[in-house]
Amino acid sequence: MQPIYDWFRDFYDRTGINLNFIYDDFDRARMIKGFFLTVELAVITIVLSVLIGVFGAWLQGSKLVWVRRIIAGFISFFRNTPPLVQIYFFYFGVGYLLPRIPDGSGGLMPMVSSLQWAIISLSLFAGAFNIEIFRSGIEAVPKSMVEAATAFGFSRWQTYRLVVLPIAIRVALPALGNNLVNLVKTTNLAYAIAVPELLYVSKQIWSDATNVREMMFFVLFAYLFLVFLLVMALNALEKRLSVPGFGVKGGH
Amino acid sequence: MLRFRDAFTPPSFRIAVPNDVAAGAPPRGIGCAGLFWPLLLVVVVGWSSYAMAQAAAAPKATVFEVLVRWAPLLLWGFFFNIIISLAAMGLGTVVGVPVGIGQISEYRLIRWPARVATQIFRNSPWLVLLFLCMFLIPFEFRFGDVRIPFPDWAKAILGFALPVMANTSEIVRGAVLSVPTGQWDGSSALGLTRRQTLYLVILPQCVKRMLPPWMNLYSLIAMSTVNASVVGVSEMVTLTGQAHAAEGSRPELLAPLYAFVLVCFYVYCYPIGKWTVALERKYGAKV
Repeated sequence: MQPIYDWFRDFYDRTGINLNFIYDDFDRARMIKGFFLTVELAVITIVLSVLIGVFGAWLQGSKLVWVRRIIAGFISFFRNTPPLVQIYFFYFGVGYLLPRIPDGSGGLMPMVSSLQWAIISLSLFAGAFNIEIFRSGIEAVPKSMVEAATAFGFSRWQTYRLVVLPIAIRVALPALGNNLVNLVKTTNLAYAIAVPELLYVSKQIWSDATNVREMMFFVLFAYLFLVFLLVMALNALEKRLSVPGFGVKGGH
Repeated sequence: MLRFRDAFTPPSFRIAVPNDVAAGAPPRGIGCAGLFWPLLLVVVVGWSSYAMAQAAAAPKATVFEVLVRWAPLLLWGFFFNIIISLAAMGLGTVVGVPVGIGQISEYRLIRWPARVATQIFRNSPWLVLLFLCMFLIPFEFRFGDVRIPFPDWAKAILGFALPVMANTSEIVRGAVLSVPTGQWDGSSALGLTRRQTLYLVILPQCVKRMLPPWMNLYSLIAMSTVNASVVGVSEMVTLTGQAHAAEGSRPELLAPLYAFVLVCFYVYCYPIGKWTVALERKYGAKV
């Protein structure tokens, strides 16, 4: 790898374009860490938000009116308020009201770290949208299928898990994909509560080396790359799950 | 060419069905959802007051007093957020509609740049685009002796207009493609040119289809304007931080102050969402 690093160092000398996160050991190390923290944040929040979506959509079909109301309130809150303020509210506001726990060296630390708050609030934010998306998928499932499952003696949860959900997921996949892409793009709001993810690390690097322009474009392309990977994965999943007669026809 | 996901998924699957949470439930549920979160604010204020009473013996302003004292300033900040969002939406739409029409141009020299620009700005994080505009645009332009200052808020408007432009462009493209091809065939049978078909037949039909996703986009951009606080534009969240500092940075005040911000945005965006759904229903039936 050393020749590559040297080439980039020399490239800086020749052109003034400073890609120090490639040739400088320290900057490279923190950039790799930041990049993978963003990946980790994205993967965890995607999984959690999909789970929230699946479970929430199931609860939306509940017979209890208060369960439906609470889910409705949850969705309406998270989709009508800014995600950044949600993060601030949880991290600064709720975080302060929670008790502090010993950190093992005699001091006290917050019960929930900034990374954990970022994961929680981003998952809830995207999860609220996912509930909506899964619900519209569920509505597209023919009633007769549910009735048939009931006739077979399936319980409500069994019907949901074995009959409704497999079809609903296929119908909802395009919209779900859009939302997950949005979620990956939103993970960098964690920057605001000092989670050392891609954008935060880049800011640290450009503050040290004053190469704002280079870092800015690198961050832009790094996120485009991550979104591209996710889109590829979703397209593959869509292809794999496709069942004749279900899902959006004439996709790209 | 990299083709990202299509913005214009069929109506029933579109994310642009906001707030329509209680479609399966009786309409009473919607009103209840509207009350739910303002009630949360009351709970949070109460809880914080309790925490405060526990924490301090010295007489300090209560949470309620603090909110009343700073509400005018914070609301002014909120007004600024709305101004930024309207300006960004206007600018983004004015640029985005031609770019969207460019995406379906017959000429490769127009089509490809329009597509590349749309995909890049649509798929990059809004915060990064904001940073890009904030840090890479100079604070003033000089033409000889004439200096034109370019303040923070103007850069922020540009930063928000970029994603609006790309998303509007995609909405236009999606809407045009969603018009049945029979319309194009019929127009050509009537002897209309491509341009005439587009402006006289296709686009007028698209307006109705574009309105709901476009309003949804506005709601999203209005909520994103708080991101400008990260780069120091003095909008509502920045002012909230300053108000908090002015009150002696008491940590128990943070929850109610941010809850106040949340409620303001909720009150502004919730009706927009309801309206979007209503329009979608109205136009959806005719399409």
